[in-house]
Amino acid sequence: MGFIQDLMTYGFLQKAFITSIMVGIICGVIGSFIVLRGMALMGDAISHAILPGVAISYMLGINYFYGAVLTGVLTAFGIGAISQNSRIKNDSSIGIVFSAFFALGIILITRAKSATDLTQILFGNVLSVRTSDMWLTLIIGAIVILVVALFFKELLVSSFDETMAAAYGLKTRLIHYSIMFLLTLVTVASLQTVGVILVVSLLITPASTAYLLTNKLSVMVFLAAFFGAISSIIGLYFSFLYNMPSGPVIALATTALFVLAFLFSPKQGIVVSKFRSVSKRKDVMTNN
Amino acid sequence: MIRQVIIYLKVARGKHIEGGNRMIDPITVENISVSYDGNEVVKDVSFSFGASTIIGVLGPNGAGKSTLMKAMLGLIHKDHGSVRFGKKSVDEMRKQIAYVPQRSNIDWNFPIVVKDTVLLGTYPKVGILRRPKKADKELAMECLKQVGMEEFANRQIGELSGGQQQRVFLARALAQKADYFFLDEPFVGIDVSSEEVIIGILRELKEAGKIVFVVHHDLSKVKSYFDDLILMNKELIDAGPVNKVFQSGNMSKAYNREFMLDGLEVSM
Repeated sequence: MGFIQDLMTYGFLQKAFITSIMVGIICGVIGSFIVLRGMALMGDAISHAILPGVAISYMLGINYFYGAVLTGVLTAFGIGAISQNSRIKNDSSIGIVFSAFFALGIILITRAKSATDLTQILFGNVLSVRTSDMWLTLIIGAIVILVVALFFKELLVSSFDETMAAAYGLKTRLIHYSIMFLLTLVTVASLQTVGVILVVSLLITPASTAYLLTNKLSVMVFLAAFFGAISSIIGLYFSFLYNMPSGPVIALATTALFVLAFLFSPKQGIVVSKFRSVSKRKDVMTNN
Repeated sequence: MIRQVIIYLKVARGKHIEGGNRMIDPITVENISVSYDGNEVVKDVSFSFGASTIIGVLGPNGAGKSTLMKAMLGLIHKDHGSVRFGKKSVDEMRKQIAYVPQRSNIDWNFPIVVKDTVLLGTYPKVGILRRPKKADKELAMECLKQVGMEEFANRQIGELSGGQQQRVFLARALAQKADYFFLDEPFVGIDVSSEEVIIGILRELKEAGKIVFVVHHDLSKVKSYFDDLILMNKELIDAGPVNKVFQSGNMSKAYNREFMLDGLEVSM
């Protein structure tokens, strides 16, 4: 109860609360498409690769948003350029590009002499969310949700059967890079809540949890957004009460939800299917 | 057996393929070549086919059959060559083209049920920024009935057998109400009754004047399934009416070995 009272009282906590929920929602939404397109590693790459952009923004004294988006987009194109123009496979080109960007980012940040900032960027500190950060997150959230709602049909068909989508005239490469761009925006918005290193957990795990629970993409997107938001709130709660870094708590919360679905999902859960096969065996035995 | 007959009757009843009075323009392919990493996999292939036919694309493994089909549809880069639908390019005709990919290229764990998979076929004509309406959903259900799969409407696609999956994808192609159909290996790994349903529908499409391309590698049934044939092994061996192309000499050239065709033909 104390938490809710504090939430009513403290402005900074309200900002953190709103930001957390929005971050959880948009990570779930974009994460659903990332998971279904088999681009989990790409999500990890983009989130790490925005670090040099953040560092350069700090040095120039501009909002980290601009630098982060720039390096995020550069990474997406860099990875595409390598895997399309050489025999290097996609996962390897992801590894090459993102480790280079991440390394550059760490050197730049330590040069900028802000060690505390580095831990915050790496692991998240949801309680330090400023009003401008909150607005940035809300605007990014609105853009992401709007784009996904408007182009849901096209996202569905191109994620499911890219060849058919291309055959009837959808620009599948444009769709791919648009998703990369949205992913970059989402990652930037998540910086303060989960931090660079663990953004991938909020992108991949709630979406994977939802994937175990439904046979409909729209339901999966809603469930993923819901699980993402719940995990973010749990992260905020522990971060506030026990002074823990929010990122790792959020990551573990997403994992806990995943484990529950993994064990108990009505269709995919391993406990449920074990139980089902046991009762089926019993049926067979009694029928004989 | 009875079940097969029932399916067949259902299929025969559900006539939703439009006849239409308009004549479908012929497809003309000129000198298409495609290479991967410097190796030519399709060399200078040319042919032309008019309306109302089922065309088998035949050749040994690695002959470039699927590649040719993808190149015709502009899905992969051509070294050179052109494809014309009447006077139009493929980009102008996209909404008139339905493509059924190889089953191995589909993610069967995708969160989508059968009826929504068929509904995808209406997307090209529904257009961007619009939602499928009630009429589109009805059309999808009709197409599903036509392939005898309506009782599976709410199943996730991975829960179906290979033949059922192929029928669902054919239903999706029907929902596109296209003039040109391209099917990549539709008969691989499917049951007999599904195969009968599929070939029955392809024949209906042909009767309605459509042009149907089928990538195929099983040599039995070639004569009974196809009206025309494209026989290739990287380069074109021969193209034209099946009786003219499906000859021992041509086949030996394509498969690099002796052929006795008499034993191959199995009637339906």
